[in-house]
Amino acid sequence: MATKTANRIAVTGNAGVAQAMRQIRPDVVAAYPITPQSDVVEEFSTFVAEGTVPTEFLPVESEHSALSACVGASAAGARVMTATSSQGLAYMWEVLYIAAGNRCPIVMINVNRALSAPINIHCDHSDSMGTLHSGWIQLYCKNAQEGYDSTIMAVRIAEHPDIQLPVMVCYDGFIVSHGITSLEMVDDEEVASFIGTRKPPYSLLDAEHPISMGNLAFTDYYMEVKRQQAEAMRHAPRVIQEVQEEFGKLTGRHYGMFETYRLDDADFVLVALNSTASTSEIVVDELRGKGVKAGILRPRVMRPFPWQEIAQALSRASAVAVLDRAQSPGGNGGPLAIEVRSALYELERRPRMINGIYGLGGRDILMSDIRSVYDRLQKLAEGRGPSEFEFYLGVRGD
Amino acid sequence: MLEIRWHGRGGQGAVTAAKMLAAAALRQGKQFQAFPEYGPERRGAPVQVFTRISDEPVRTFSYITEPNMIVILDPNLIGKVPVTDGLTEDGVVVANFKGTPDELRKTMGIKGRKLYTVDATGVAMRTMGRAITNTPMLGAVVRASGAVTLDQALEEVRHVFEDRFGPKVAEANVEAVKVAYEETQGE
Repeated sequence: MATKTANRIAVTGNAGVAQAMRQIRPDVVAAYPITPQSDVVEEFSTFVAEGTVPTEFLPVESEHSALSACVGASAAGARVMTATSSQGLAYMWEVLYIAAGNRCPIVMINVNRALSAPINIHCDHSDSMGTLHSGWIQLYCKNAQEGYDSTIMAVRIAEHPDIQLPVMVCYDGFIVSHGITSLEMVDDEEVASFIGTRKPPYSLLDAEHPISMGNLAFTDYYMEVKRQQAEAMRHAPRVIQEVQEEFGKLTGRHYGMFETYRLDDADFVLVALNSTASTSEIVVDELRGKGVKAGILRPRVMRPFPWQEIAQALSRASAVAVLDRAQSPGGNGGPLAIEVRSALYELERRPRMINGIYGLGGRDILMSDIRSVYDRLQKLAEGRGPSEFEFYLGVRGD
Repeated sequence: MLEIRWHGRGGQGAVTAAKMLAAAALRQGKQFQAFPEYGPERRGAPVQVFTRISDEPVRTFSYITEPNMIVILDPNLIGKVPVTDGLTEDGVVVANFKGTPDELRKTMGIKGRKLYTVDATGVAMRTMGRAITNTPMLGAVVRASGAVTLDQALEEVRHVFEDRFGPKVAEANVEAVKVAYEETQGE
């Protein structure tokens, strides 16, 4: 057990999330180990072995089977969780769509890791970015505390009667998953009453009200089902915010659809996900000390993407740099840049925008890298310096 | 903010030491972070580990490139790995080294700054019968940094080792921390 004082513990990001899973007490967990996710499941399986949780734990033979088992159990009415990374998420690919299409409120932890090739175990966001269109709600977390908190909130969001969609909770592999930090825990009983029990509107095991799931729907009904899925996603911002508000009242930790740092009067804004946004705060403080109006916007919910609010929040800035820890080779920037740039389209006065690709395969992002991005933004606003949209940060031979 | 970069070799327990120091800071009511530079985890290969301890929440997740303390677990790394890279002007060096801080200064060619030495390999052999230098070096770091009290460090070491290896191993490690703490010399 982790070192503990009152309700603060010293744990790795993964161990913190495993604690959240212990408190959630899911009915079924099916998972397959993969670095850097492994110790989430390893720790959790210890709780199962000790009898701390009543969970049916299925150590399956692959991620494809893991998520398939989750879909079955969720359709039967169980509260279901799984965890993966990188190739594991890629291997779940076809089942991701099945989980969303069958409206299974599964909660998945995805510890962000680069995809092969070359083989790499370190952090980038290419794994979950590739699944943006799969119909899952996606939450991105900057640190272990947010990972823990979001895991608990995800259960409520997924199972809400207006939503019934799977939720993916993402945080940075190794950087957050394996670093040890201080985590403030919610009491076991408080978590239990916050999440309540799952009340599925339909269940395969409800013999009184028989249903079938995973049916054929061709040209006749497929599109109606998909339209309803989109409708559920449309309700998600309201539900996410309600759940986050309630969680904030319980814990004092408040979350939004996105987080801003010194953004209100900022001229130069960096948009980045996860731990990099946190690291960038130090640089912003430094620049503010020198009179440079720097700020940060960190999207927390990538699906549903709060594009109108983000566009509004960026409307005042003179120049915006979106940092992507993933590529979309041949696309109009990285995945996050594509989202942000499209959001800005509706604005009457748009800020200048550039897109930095950084940190692929775990390449460390240094303060000096972040400083260089703000430097680029200032030059861009003054109409000098490089004007290309996409650039690479911290790479050789550029 | 105290930013420590630990230099050791795979298998010497640098990661455990860095994490124990961080967790001990919890007992101090401080904020902290510890993480290694993950590479191919080969026994004997040089490794770096980072610990940050602060009164404020730790927001940065970058590697520590400008440490204000470096810790050398293996004296054979000196001259082979650029251990002093980026060390701040008022930075501190804590080394597993048989000689005095003055001798270390000459060996490493360090100007200014504060140096601490302890024969951690010797302490490890005397207290534990094995040349694992992480817990003795934790004692030296506690002495040099004052980031946590000796008691808080001992409590953490006892907690971690009892959990993993039982009370006998735990007490040998506690002893290693204590002895190294006493024998650390600074100048």
